[in-house]
Amino acid sequence: MTLRTHYGRWLRVALTYAVLILGALLVLLPIYLAVVNSLLPKEDAISYPPKLFAPHPQWINFKKAMDAVPLGRYMFNSAVQAGVITIGQLVTSTLAAYAFAFMRFRFRNFLFILFLSTLMVPWEVTIVPNFQTVQLMGDKFGGYILSLDSYQALTIPFLASAFGTFLLRQHFLTIPLELRDAAAIDGYGHLRFLWHVVLPLSKPALGTLAVFSFLQSWNQYLWPLLVTNSDNYRTVQIGLAGLASQEIDSINVVMAGTVIALLPMLIIIVLFQRQLVRGLMSGALKG
Amino acid sequence: MESRDGAAVALPTSVPLTRKYPWLGELARFGGGMVFLWPSIILFGAFIFYPLIKSVYLGFFVSDPFGRGQEFVGFDQYRQVLTSSEFRKSLLVTVLFAFYTVPTGLALGLVFALLANQRLRGALFFRTVFSSTIAASVAVAAVMWLMLLNPSAGIVNWALGQFDLPRVNWLTDPQWRESWDSGPALMAVSLTTIWLNIGFTTLILLAALQNIPDELYESARVDGASPWSILRHITLPMLSPALLFVVVISTIIAFQSFGQIHILTRGGPLDATDVIVYSIYSDAFINFEYGAAAVKAVALFLLVLTFTLVQFRFLERRVFYR
Repeated sequence: MTLRTHYGRWLRVALTYAVLILGALLVLLPIYLAVVNSLLPKEDAISYPPKLFAPHPQWINFKKAMDAVPLGRYMFNSAVQAGVITIGQLVTSTLAAYAFAFMRFRFRNFLFILFLSTLMVPWEVTIVPNFQTVQLMGDKFGGYILSLDSYQALTIPFLASAFGTFLLRQHFLTIPLELRDAAAIDGYGHLRFLWHVVLPLSKPALGTLAVFSFLQSWNQYLWPLLVTNSDNYRTVQIGLAGLASQEIDSINVVMAGTVIALLPMLIIIVLFQRQLVRGLMSGALKG
Repeated sequence: MESRDGAAVALPTSVPLTRKYPWLGELARFGGGMVFLWPSIILFGAFIFYPLIKSVYLGFFVSDPFGRGQEFVGFDQYRQVLTSSEFRKSLLVTVLFAFYTVPTGLALGLVFALLANQRLRGALFFRTVFSSTIAASVAVAAVMWLMLLNPSAGIVNWALGQFDLPRVNWLTDPQWRESWDSGPALMAVSLTTIWLNIGFTTLILLAALQNIPDELYESARVDGASPWSILRHITLPMLSPALLFVVVISTIIAFQSFGQIHILTRGGPLDATDVIVYSIYSDAFINFEYGAAAVKAVALFLLVLTFTLVQFRFLERRVFYR
């Protein structure tokens, strides 16, 4: 009997590992092949059968990719875009979530539902009027506030986040109200209570929101495609698509560009994987 | 002490006044809330609610081919666009695309999360690997799959060759067979999307799995429950809120997909991957028919709304909340 259960357990572990390894191979294969191809000479990168190793790495491909399109500038633009959006969403979501969690006023619940309802409107539904708004603002105010081909156009429409507000509100609600009472007795106003008590207690949730906002804005495609048309503001995603159609015959150079675009995010994910999971656990997904 | 009443604390001098005029206190509290809410309210108003209403309005006007003059046509344009065979094809492609990507992605994510959540050596490594694709942007994923699906040198066709299967022109063949509506191009775009979303699905489900209290498992084990019945009677019910969340969100993501189609197929071949979002893009920004694009945008909004509500209605009953 013990022998049989022992044997069954061993079989189950072996099977688990088999599926895990197969799954990991399938998930990693595209990334692995992109790296291999980014290091192959041109004639090997489009050969049959496909090469699985790059014994003589051609680092020059990375230089070629950077020379073909200004990838460095694109990465900088993406970093500005994602950085500004992330900071903006942290600020607006914190303020809104605080009001929803700690203040009592008329229409509060109505406003909260109104916030949540924005989650139901895909950004793609609103692109035509939003594009026209940006165009019109540029014509009227000469680009001081908002105009096509600018950092403002890339960032301003995304500075508020219903997802962020919801995530932070759920977290703020776990902070005991007695803390607010005690702070009020000490003469703390809302802003000081928020800054000195609520924010220090909410670091994991804020971190999760920051990583999500950054990832999401870094990965935007349709909107940056529409509102940027010069290298000064083009983001790395649009630049990469441009590189792929421009260097269609040099897969190795295209893959070098792809690896450059992927690497920063991959490092962030590997470093913050635990925090992400922990933040999600304490966040909006509870019951 | 009014605990949640900010105004009473922030404006102590106004207490006598507010006792005389109670609505003043209420107004002050409302103003206090607005101080915190106005940035979000203005942004949502300008970039979500106003454009949503304007889309409906734009649908009443036909733009000339240069996007200049506009002629009011009432509901004619809605009728014309929504009954056109082109739109019906887009709708079919969009729904098929969601049908290809959502269940497959959910199943893979669930298997990966369940296995990687066990107490095994190297579990953390596998969790990181499976979540890693959230680092890939839609452009990165699409360009990678452009290489993998290359008809002559791609690894997918090479793998098919190992099993003596014929090569497929993934991005240029509109149909598998004359009689079928979908073809390899939609499959190629779906494969890219499934790969891209695996990380997100797995991450959400892993987080939810780690939220299940250990005591539940322990008491089940003490009662002699088999691993299979623990999965069926504890893990899956406890996971159901997260599963509902994943289904709803990945359906919305599927209906919004654009980048992979723009890079891989440009809506082609023969409109085989012309999802609604792509046809909105080509109407508005290639043909400058803002009105027609607005009609499709309104239709897309209603489609997403309907699917989300239906999913909530039918799945919520099976969801177990603590």
